[in-house]
Amino acid sequence: MAAISLQTATMAEEVKLFGTWASPFSRRIEVALKLKGVQFEYIEENLSNKSPALLEYNPVHKKIPVLVHNGKPVAESLVILEYIDETWKHNPILPTDPYEKAIARFWAKYIDDKLWPAATKVLVSKGEEQKGVTEEIQEQLKTLESELKGKKFFGGESLGFVDIAANIIVFLLVAQEALGLMEILTEEQFPVLHEWYQRLVDDAVFKECVPPRERHLGFFKVRFGSSTASK
Amino acid sequence: MADEIILLDFWPSMFGMRVRVALAEKGLKYEYKEEDLRNKSPLLLEMNPVHKKIPVLIHNGKPICESLIIVQYIDEVWKDKAPLLPSDPYQRAQARFWADYVDKKPYELGRKIWSTKGEEQETAKKEFIECLKLLEGELGEKPYFGGEKIGFVDVALVTFSCWFHAYESFGNFSIEAECPKLIAWTKRCMEKESVSSSLEDPHKVHGFVMGMRKKLGIE
Repeated sequence: MAAISLQTATMAEEVKLFGTWASPFSRRIEVALKLKGVQFEYIEENLSNKSPALLEYNPVHKKIPVLVHNGKPVAESLVILEYIDETWKHNPILPTDPYEKAIARFWAKYIDDKLWPAATKVLVSKGEEQKGVTEEIQEQLKTLESELKGKKFFGGESLGFVDIAANIIVFLLVAQEALGLMEILTEEQFPVLHEWYQRLVDDAVFKECVPPRERHLGFFKVRFGSSTASK
Repeated sequence: MADEIILLDFWPSMFGMRVRVALAEKGLKYEYKEEDLRNKSPLLLEMNPVHKKIPVLIHNGKPICESLIIVQYIDEVWKDKAPLLPSDPYQRAQARFWADYVDKKPYELGRKIWSTKGEEQETAKKEFIECLKLLEGELGEKPYFGGEKIGFVDVALVTFSCWFHAYESFGNFSIEAECPKLIAWTKRCMEKESVSSSLEDPHKVHGFVMGMRKKLGIE
């Protein structure tokens, strides 16, 4: 058994991110750290062979992402995002007003509680069921769209908490393309959200934090391919 | 100018109770509105159109939804009294992590304990106790999860305790036998007026759950 030595606090900031290249949750943390210009060491985990370090830093869930700051671990992507925002205060991703903050937290939770489960379901369902889940996702996207209210991003002029959480949509659309699924975020049905989406994927920081396209398409084909294609 | 605070709630809801505790901790006056979940009020549908669920806090006409989001909101607005979250970002992250854990695990498992039978129920009981033991570990020797005073995680978890009697009765097991430290913690919390005035009588909750079981045809 490998000896595990936790890094002791040093004069310099030591920031490590345990993640996986294809996980939207892991990529969220990259976006936040890059927005704040925080230097970090990235450790790619193999989820079928988790490192002793990961198991030590997140014994409760044994999942990525985990942020380790000067030896102290923080787990759960939305919790990590808030930690990052409170620790490195420039380029804030959450509003300062408590009400606006509550709204941002509400929508991030909505994305994780509703959109994420539906997105994972659409990849494994077939036929009528898949059609049903797609419609469900589209209703959720309509609900999200109404929250944009003429802003460039959910966070206002620049990327914020909800935009970062909404990276799941990017992953969903890559999956849709990889598996030949029914088109989800059409410009016709979602004129406002579609524009936001283009802005998001063009954002200088955000676009550094998405999985490499070809590899990502391949990932979905291998994992969920076969007979799921339905138009 | 006085703050207008309204809480849309449903008496047995452990989520609604969290908001009651937070409001009481801050010494806030508010109007409590009981919702009939089979016949939701126009106000609820207007204030929480996305989920149509309680609790909803309406502060000077503006709604906040989701119990832990509401508790954080209350803590941030009325920040000068009885802080529920610590000021250090790392401690705050730990508190948020554990409150999120309480939402993810014990709630679903508790639900399975009173609404299922046989193998499914046995598994839920076992996992539920494991969760509570993990939480006991996190509590350690501290009087409260928040340290010397009750904090965010205490508020998130203590409201489940008035449902324990129902879980024990329908699950046929003793939570105290397995997790004495946690039960000791619930009793300590109940000594506080903010908690005891916000939680419901476990026997009343038991009666409510019995009614739910009859409706679901589990008997």
